[in-house]
Amino acid sequence: MTRNAQPAGAETAPAAPGAANATAHGLTIVARSQGQLIRRRFFRHRGALFGMFLFLVVVVLSISSIGLGPIPGWWDKSPTETGTVTGGGPTLSVLPSFLGGGGVHLGEHPFGQDNIGRDYFALTMRGTQVSLMIAIVVGLVSTLVGTIIGAAAGYFRGWIESVLMRVTDVMIAIPTLLIAGLIGSIVADRGVVLFALFLGLCLWTQIARLVRGEVLSLREKEYVEAARSVGTSAGRIIFKHILPNAMGIIIVSATLAIASAVLTESALSFLDLGVQPPDTSLGRQINDYRTALTVRPWLFYWPGVFIIAIALSVNFIGDGLRDAFDPRQTRVRD
Amino acid sequence: MLVFIARRLFVSIWVFLAASVLVFILSTNVRDPLAEARQLPETARESAIRVITERMHLEDPVLVRYFRWLSDAVTGNLGVNRQGLDVNARLETAFSATLQLITGATVLAIIIGITIGVISALRQYSALDQTVTFIAFVCFSLPLFWVGTLLKQFLALDFNDWLADPVISPLFIGGIALITGLFCGGVVVGDRRSRITAFVSSTAAMAILLSVLSATEWFSDPSLGPIVVALTAIGGAIGFTTLVSGLEWKPPLQAALIAAAVGIVAYFALDPVLDDPQLLTIVLLLLVTVGICFAIGWFLGGDLYRRNAIPAAVLTGVFTGAVIFVDRMLSSFQSYSASVNNRPISTVGAETPNYEGTFWESGLDSFGHLALPTLALVLISLATYTRYTRASMLEVMNQDYVRTGRAKGLSERAVVTRHVLRNGLIPITTLIAYDIGTIVGGAVVTEQVFGWSAMGSMLFDGIREGDPMPIMAFYVVSGGAIVLFNMVADIAYAFLDPRIRLS
Repeated sequence: MTRNAQPAGAETAPAAPGAANATAHGLTIVARSQGQLIRRRFFRHRGALFGMFLFLVVVVLSISSIGLGPIPGWWDKSPTETGTVTGGGPTLSVLPSFLGGGGVHLGEHPFGQDNIGRDYFALTMRGTQVSLMIAIVVGLVSTLVGTIIGAAAGYFRGWIESVLMRVTDVMIAIPTLLIAGLIGSIVADRGVVLFALFLGLCLWTQIARLVRGEVLSLREKEYVEAARSVGTSAGRIIFKHILPNAMGIIIVSATLAIASAVLTESALSFLDLGVQPPDTSLGRQINDYRTALTVRPWLFYWPGVFIIAIALSVNFIGDGLRDAFDPRQTRVRD
Repeated sequence: MLVFIARRLFVSIWVFLAASVLVFILSTNVRDPLAEARQLPETARESAIRVITERMHLEDPVLVRYFRWLSDAVTGNLGVNRQGLDVNARLETAFSATLQLITGATVLAIIIGITIGVISALRQYSALDQTVTFIAFVCFSLPLFWVGTLLKQFLALDFNDWLADPVISPLFIGGIALITGLFCGGVVVGDRRSRITAFVSSTAAMAILLSVLSATEWFSDPSLGPIVVALTAIGGAIGFTTLVSGLEWKPPLQAALIAAAVGIVAYFALDPVLDDPQLLTIVLLLLVTVGICFAIGWFLGGDLYRRNAIPAAVLTGVFTGAVIFVDRMLSSFQSYSASVNNRPISTVGAETPNYEGTFWESGLDSFGHLALPTLALVLISLATYTRYTRASMLEVMNQDYVRTGRAKGLSERAVVTRHVLRNGLIPITTLIAYDIGTIVGGAVVTEQVFGWSAMGSMLFDGIREGDPMPIMAFYVVSGGAIVLFNMVADIAYAFLDPRIRLS
């Protein structure tokens, strides 16, 4: 239990079940668990809240609009169906009519149409789904691999550490775009999921280094010593005692890995080394419509806007998490 | 220490070799190198396939091919590509283009990024800090290729159009002046009143400056002229002395002012030399400047102030030199602009083909080509440096020795430059070293967007043709840079931070 002194005005703050509230010298003392403290710090971080909101909007919009797989969404056009091109410009309008705009409406094609008459809103949403999926898979795979390698290296020390860290050094020695590009062009035409899995297998090095550093310091703690002295197995010590305490750093790096995965994936697809047609992704769309910038600029804008929205919101969430997990963070923002 | 360096070097070489095996194996599997040859008409197919198979040794196992490559590579021969062209020659031109692109961008990003980071840390949680933080977040969420294409399409075209009739719109003047004012107001320390004064005066100064520049059509024939050069030099002298030692002691200030004066004299005296110099002349002048300023600082500083006077004089001298350089460059702008149809900012390639001009004009030519890719690269890496500098400065500012420094009555300047900055920049040094390693491989996207025929296009040709040789050449340089600079970073860290035990 951590005790946290709050000014008198904070009496309405949620108290932990069974917490002892004591009033002395005009201060309310509310006991909070570590998890509550972290959650509280996170939700007071304005950037993180903004990030959460933006991320949810992007996720909900992309999934609900065109549906997921066989489940239909509320948007009546599909990303593949071609139609007659009616000028093709975006019909989305957000400026109300009393301000001289066209009123708030979506119109027939909110993001316009591409050169063969496909609805660009549906296409962008499809790209967003794929890019999000790739980013999340890459984030999960790289975090998983990085955590296992880092934890094993940090806990066992000795030759295991030397081998694992040399492997990490070898992966670091290859520029990200080189290895991702090579792997991308080998596996990309076998589907998006495989591409994401392999991309995750190239991008774990940073997490492995961070986790190893954290585990190196955690393994010297008394509770680990205690666990070892009663004969707990190495696996149990790592998973039950060390990793839960390293969770902060792991979650933060996972979040930041997702943000950089969005950018890496889109850069690769832009260079034609990533997602291959008939699949599409935001980076792929930017590449496809790169030359259309002068005639149909909206085809170029929308995917970029969504890439920024995803990367920015995830970065903000990561920053909020970092502050929330940082025990030295004493400043409480109101 | 020597043992540490030797061991680090040994490990690095093994890491580099192990990674090269991995890259080689992957690169032999990217595409079928015979795909195009198989499409040829029947008569030519056989021989084409045979030639390529023989040239790339396709019938040998992968590891045999790897060791053949390795034994050639250690002698400096990187082989021939699928067309039978020498990869070394390609690498040479590609690497020099990439180097040109990344040098300026990295230096700029480091200088600006660290400065902004320091300011933002010194004013933690101020409006300025929050804004900088927000902008930094937006910057690292930007897809480089998207921004690059937009910059190319709009900034370059619009800027070139605007130069034909360089009148700044009042709205734009107001906007820039307001941003400058807000920035200055945010930086200044003190009560509300001095902040407001700073805000109002800097806004007004910027607005007046821009209006004058606009009214005199300065941008169509820009130059600084002797008066501005002299004023900037003196301002630089005072500024650098403030940073290095503060203004309360005379010798450092004298040294810096004399260095500035020498610079102003040189502005007139060197006029014939600077008409159309060689690059070597410029480098020599830079060395001479450093030498002279060092001497000025040495003699004027005396025993007591030598440590302050020398850096103050040298920084001022180099700064004045840079101002003179910029002035010269700017005065050639009109003739350069006329020779490229008034489109000075270029969007494609590294230089105007077959362009010939004076040193200054060809300098402007590469500058015009570098401007946009540099801007795009700086935007992205600036954010990282700003964030890291800020975090590292804040870490140091909470240390006990900083409090001790304040408690014993050191001036804020001394606390910041002597105690906070020096320790706070140690982690930044290593970050910069790691970063320089990755930037060679990281610039490929920018090169592609701006159509530079550099390292990136070599790599992509290799991948497209399933040809390991250019890919390996790319790896040797970019991977080599990473391994080398990681090593440098570790060694530098051990040097700079005595707490690191060399075990």
